Amino acid sequence: MTTAIGEIWKWLDAVPDPEIPAVSVVDLGIVRDVAWNGARLDVYVTPTYSGCPATRIIARDIEAALRARGIADLNIATRLSPPWTTDWISEKGRRELERQGIAPPHPSGGPARCPRCGSGNLSCISRFGSTPCKALWRCGDCLEPFEYFKCI
Amino acid sequence: MSEDDAFLQFLLRMGDNTLVLGHRLSEWCGHAPNVEEDIALANTALDLIGQTQMWLGLAADVEGDGRSADDLAMLRDAWDFRNLLLVEQPNGDFGRTMMRQYLFDQLHLLLLEGLQASTDERVAAIAAKSVKEVAYHLERSAETVIGLGDGTPESRRRMQSALDVLWPYSGEAFQRDNVDAAMEAARIAPDPAGLKQPYESAVRATLIEATLGLPEDDFAHSGGRTGARHSEHLGHLLAQMQWLQRAYPGAAW
Repeated sequence: MTTAIGEIWKWLDAVPDPEIPAVSVVDLGIVRDVAWNGARLDVYVTPTYSGCPATRIIARDIEAALRARGIADLNIATRLSPPWTTDWISEKGRRELERQGIAPPHPSGGPARCPRCGSGNLSCISRFGSTPCKALWRCGDCLEPFEYFKCI
Repeated sequence: MSEDDAFLQFLLRMGDNTLVLGHRLSEWCGHAPNVEEDIALANTALDLIGQTQMWLGLAADVEGDGRSADDLAMLRDAWDFRNLLLVEQPNGDFGRTMMRQYLFDQLHLLLLEGLQASTDERVAAIAAKSVKEVAYHLERSAETVIGLGDGTPESRRRMQSALDVLWPYSGEAFQRDNVDAAMEAARIAPDPAGLKQPYESAVRATLIEATLGLPEDDFAHSGGRTGARHSEHLGHLLAQMQWLQRAYPGAAW
């Protein structure tokens, strides 16, 4: 008797991203596919940035979460193509990022509004930030600096 | 040269470029002029090392001798490296590092754009993954070259001097050889000679904005991508990068 795939997606949605724990690995679009291959569960993950050190930790966390649910025969594989894009971040993920003070990715190439006060009076301080996926911006109204999830 | 041999050489060229430049950039960690630049250089290095894992990982698979990407990175000596001479040049001052970065990023972007259409799906997938990161690297390096070139007399002087030193290292990338011919015939990679024109027009456009002038002499140093003659700098870089694996073989954490 194998667990339904929908149930496994729910379990995965409880695995936090190691660097931004407010959002799950599913919200970030890192889990690309989950499928039973006979008695073995195949989970396909994709790296966000190719050098992101979190990638390995994510695979380990997914494995630990599924094993804790009793899945013994498990294969976690990397899928490079199509390459990860911030378009895959879910609506729930975007709301959660903003709630954490991280402006979600926006097609204009910069944040839509300040995650603290909502102002659109913004400037980029640094094209890179504390992780490969983020840049630093500042709000011209509340004067607070904030992180922006770069759009790729 | 068989197509498999040529494919391995091609993959080493791609992976050694990103590995050597990634290591060069990591030398800045904790030393950049300000914290934003420090973070930017470290993040760029991280992207390049991540890309190296993909290129050298594929190279190791294609080689089929049981070596890993780590083995290729840490246990080959200078004569087995296939990177461009440009990327092994020392960092110099911040301006020279950013000029080297710009000259490479512009080339890297054109190359990866072409490789996305590779008939080898693995190559196309690595290129499609890398091209997004590299487009971002190029935006930043071009804007920094423009800002420093069209900056103070001192910054402009340093950027022109960086360009004068580094430009003769940019031409090597377009010198087609039998590896390139085999890759083009198999439609794995585009002919690098065909990238020279778009490269030069893109560089000229940036340099005009940066108020910098290209050296008139088009002499190009060569020997890096064929492995025939690296500059003396590569051995010193490898001595530092490979020291731990050489002193403590198989060390892991």
